[in-house]
Amino acid sequence: MFAAENGLKGDPRLQAISRAIRVVPDFPKPGIMFQDITTLLLDHKAFKDTVDIFVDRYRDMDVSVVAGVEARGFMFGPAIALAIGAKFVPLRKPRKLPGEVIAESYVLEYGTDCLEMHVGAVEPGERAIVIDDLVATGGTLSAAIKLLERVGAEVVECACVIGLPEVKDCCRIKGKPLYILVEPRLSDECC
Amino acid sequence: MASQGGQDPRLAKIASSIRVIPDFPKPGIMFQDITTLLLNPEAFKDTIDLFVERYREQNISVVAGVEARGFIFGPPIALAIGAKFVPMRKPNKLPGEVISEEYSLEYGTDTMEMHVGAVQPGDRALIVDDLIATGGTLCAAIKLIERVGAEVVECACAIELPELKGRDRLGDKPLFVLVSSDI
Repeated sequence: MFAAENGLKGDPRLQAISRAIRVVPDFPKPGIMFQDITTLLLDHKAFKDTVDIFVDRYRDMDVSVVAGVEARGFMFGPAIALAIGAKFVPLRKPRKLPGEVIAESYVLEYGTDCLEMHVGAVEPGERAIVIDDLVATGGTLSAAIKLLERVGAEVVECACVIGLPEVKDCCRIKGKPLYILVEPRLSDECC
Repeated sequence: MASQGGQDPRLAKIASSIRVIPDFPKPGIMFQDITTLLLNPEAFKDTIDLFVERYREQNISVVAGVEARGFIFGPPIALAIGAKFVPMRKPNKLPGEVISEEYSLEYGTDTMEMHVGAVQPGDRALIVDDLIATGGTLCAAIKLIERVGAEVVECACAIELPELKGRDRLGDKPLFVLVSSDI
């Protein structure tokens, strides 16, 4: 669900967060309007508001695990985890995590990729959220959910700063609710 | 080290929550795994608090974090001290116009990139990574920040491997670490 339709309608923080995200045309390839969150990270108030909105949502939901998807999920997840007293668990590209891992592959536009998590990081029965900067097709988040469920954790929700319109209608990834702050902008000219 | 003599009691817990993985990424290397620190909310919070306490009064306007583990420690510090967070990334990840700095690896070289415009002349910067080994990565980060006219106030890492003499490689830039490991 989008935050604006779920308790945060008209919240001025959301407009400022949206405006702080830069649109970079034709990256990584022609036709893609890339939603660049690095400019959000340069705006201390907007970055803090982003984290605060997620913290306010999850602090009373008994979440013990915040799983962040490499690499931009690492920029948001740890601050949320620290504020709600949860563990932070990095979900990484292959061969980055040094210990024993479990792996889940997922489909890309061309080919496949793989997400790994350390064995033992998450215990059965833990309540987890998955965080990434943006959700497009949901492929990465689906792989993240599978990893957490394979070790017996319960995925409470997936949280992203930006959600493409496709997910607005479906609203769930593998049956798990999706919580999104803003939609992508088409360019930097309009607001 | 964070302190000499009277050691901050938080440091022992931080040190003990770091896992050592032998022979990763290759035989002979004792890898310092901070993911177990991140699984201990108290120890992770203490880690961030120790950095925040040191830097909150130092007028730091930029926290630059080195991909990828610098992205885990940098943003919470930046948020707590009111600074911008600037990711320093591997090539072709940042979407906008970048400046690049090449640095040496054991075999070959790698490149670090930063967005043009992220750091301004006169900014006071802190560079954060999980660990300093030879100091090659941090040196590249220092160069990028200085090339745009900003000042590197200090480099901050959770762990130092002093035998690799990374500290010397940073030249006149100070280094602050929490834990020192001889393996």
